[in-house]
Amino acid sequence: MRFFEYESRAIVAKAGIPVTKHGFAKTTDEARRIAEQIGGPVVIKSQVLSGGRMKAGGVKFADTPDEAAAHAADILELEIGGHMPRGVLVDSRAAVKHEYYAGVVWDGIRKRPVMLFSDMGGIDIEQVAEEHPDHVARRHFSTRTPFSDWEAKQLIASLGISGSALNRLTPIVARLARLFLEYDMTLAEINPLGELEDGSFVALDAHMDMENEARPRQKAILTELGVGDDETRLAREPTPFELAGEEVDSQDHRGVAGNVTEFDGNLGLVIGAGGGSLTLFDAVRAHGGDPANYCEIGGNPSVSKACGLAKLVLQKPGVDKIAVMMSIVSNTRVDIVARGVIKACVELGYDPAEKIAIFRIPGAWEEEGFKILEKYGVEYANRSVSLHEAARRAVVKIQGAAA
Amino acid sequence: MSILIDADTTFIVQGITGREAVNLTRECLDYGSGAKIVGGVTPGRLGRDVHGVPVFDTVAQAVEHHGAPIDGSVVTVPPAFTKDAVLEALENGVKLVVIVTERIPRGDVAEMVELADERGARIIGPNCLGIIVPDVIKMGGIGGPARDAAKSYSPGPVGVISRSGGMTTEMSSTLTAAGLGQSTAVSIGGDAIIGSTYAELMPLFEADPDTEAIVIYTEPGGRMEAELARWVTDNGSRLPIVAFMAGRFMDEMPGMSFGHAGTIVEGKEDTATEKIARLAEAGIVVAEEISEIPQIVKDRIGAKV
Repeated sequence: MRFFEYESRAIVAKAGIPVTKHGFAKTTDEARRIAEQIGGPVVIKSQVLSGGRMKAGGVKFADTPDEAAAHAADILELEIGGHMPRGVLVDSRAAVKHEYYAGVVWDGIRKRPVMLFSDMGGIDIEQVAEEHPDHVARRHFSTRTPFSDWEAKQLIASLGISGSALNRLTPIVARLARLFLEYDMTLAEINPLGELEDGSFVALDAHMDMENEARPRQKAILTELGVGDDETRLAREPTPFELAGEEVDSQDHRGVAGNVTEFDGNLGLVIGAGGGSLTLFDAVRAHGGDPANYCEIGGNPSVSKACGLAKLVLQKPGVDKIAVMMSIVSNTRVDIVARGVIKACVELGYDPAEKIAIFRIPGAWEEEGFKILEKYGVEYANRSVSLHEAARRAVVKIQGAAA
Repeated sequence: MSILIDADTTFIVQGITGREAVNLTRECLDYGSGAKIVGGVTPGRLGRDVHGVPVFDTVAQAVEHHGAPIDGSVVTVPPAFTKDAVLEALENGVKLVVIVTERIPRGDVAEMVELADERGARIIGPNCLGIIVPDVIKMGGIGGPARDAAKSYSPGPVGVISRSGGMTTEMSSTLTAAGLGQSTAVSIGGDAIIGSTYAELMPLFEADPDTEAIVIYTEPGGRMEAELARWVTDNGSRLPIVAFMAGRFMDEMPGMSFGHAGTIVEGKEDTATEKIARLAEAGIVVAEEISEIPQIVKDRIGAKV
């Protein structure tokens, strides 16, 4: 889960890392007041979760509170990457002598967190790593032993940094490493980390990502920041169709009808589970099909959950047929899913044989399931029909119907 | 032969009194020659039994009751308690931990893996269905009830490694239908950090004389495939590898997670397209469809002779 910059600043400051004087504003008046309090040149920064703020005009400089208010008015109305800003950050403009980079991420291969440090801050670290690899230092650290400051010192010193800069940078990077673990971050980044004219250091921008799985145990900090449980903070906001999918899933606790995602095709998909859904979605597209949605069902859903999901998909505008397909199931019962999707068709006044392009779910209770499908004349397939072949048959059927 | 487990492997089930764990225990007891489940652990439930398996409060009690070190543990406790359960198993001498639980934060996984490394133990998962040696033993929910598992899995020369539990069975079933059995199939889990990656399991298959080829199921997200490609190139593996890549559509949708927690395109390197290129460079055939896999495996095994 991504944090807004103003939240990331709060996290960094809470960890004892110096930040510039700043404030978060939701209105032009608030922005003006903060600029007055700062009392000098300021930067107004749009608070959106998408990148490319500078390029989109979401970052502007002001010398007076009036100018700050005017810029805030523009930026508050400016949509960036499909997102409206949550507000603006009014930040004092520090006289920066040099920009550094400090970050912590996970290394999935070494299975440890890794600190990254560079004396070329202010630009994308991946670009620095590619173009100036000798300006990026890395160091993995343990999750089992408490983090010691010398690890940060050694990281920074390996770039040839010494003197008071080394001694001032060490606690900042050490605090960043500690907060990364303490708050279950997947990314904790200060970029740029500015060295001011007086030799002090300050976080000029920060970027934090918390692991979704850790949200339940990070309630305290999330509450402190005012982040609600309902804020998904995904790459894009959920659509009404997707929210309705979540509703279906939460109606009863049995099984999962998860990750319902909207696409704009004509073939509705009732598919599962994790890997099966990924395979089937690709397969439909590989055969020239046009999916109306993505979803993952599994974990032995109830008849009503399977029915609810099928209804949702069947009622989506533009959907002509649905394909009900899964990889071989061992936990989910074939007969229950069959019952659910047939019920959905019948209750909506459709003929299941016509609306269900294909039913391909082999596995537990398949004999019982296939019997029900036969009764309603629905085309079904067992494990001898591959996932790709099932997807192909569904596409052929829907294209035949459309022609 | 097999990797990781065989007919003599003893294990416990941590969280054995949970609904899914009760089913899993039944399935493992029924499959093949019958798993040697020497105990279960649920704190506060000492003295009960699950399908005849005695339940203990602690792993230490289970080890004491068994009177000898216990080889493995299947961990099915809720995410908030998983790390503690795994550390308990590792500190009581368990050398193979299969973590079924999903939604465990990475920091916990890293800590468990770090201790496992210190203790010379191995973790499979989290968010996985476990390990199966066809007709011999299964450790975890892989393949489902014994009767169903027997339909999908058969003994033979192919090692299977998969990031998806369900697709482990789908691919093995396809191999079985084509007359290609499996030496061992391992569901390694779909999270961003897992106990054992493809590259880490390869040396085990490499050392298993009965394994003649490897089939892997893979997804976008992470650098595990690049690691495998590097391993194959560096070690000159004797085993032909055939891969299937799902989630190709995700390349167009960076930042969105589908399928599994670890399946998300975050950078250029973890897209499906990039991974397919990496695998191909290392001589790993990437099948377009699962149904093509058996023929490719047969050709590759045949070509070596």
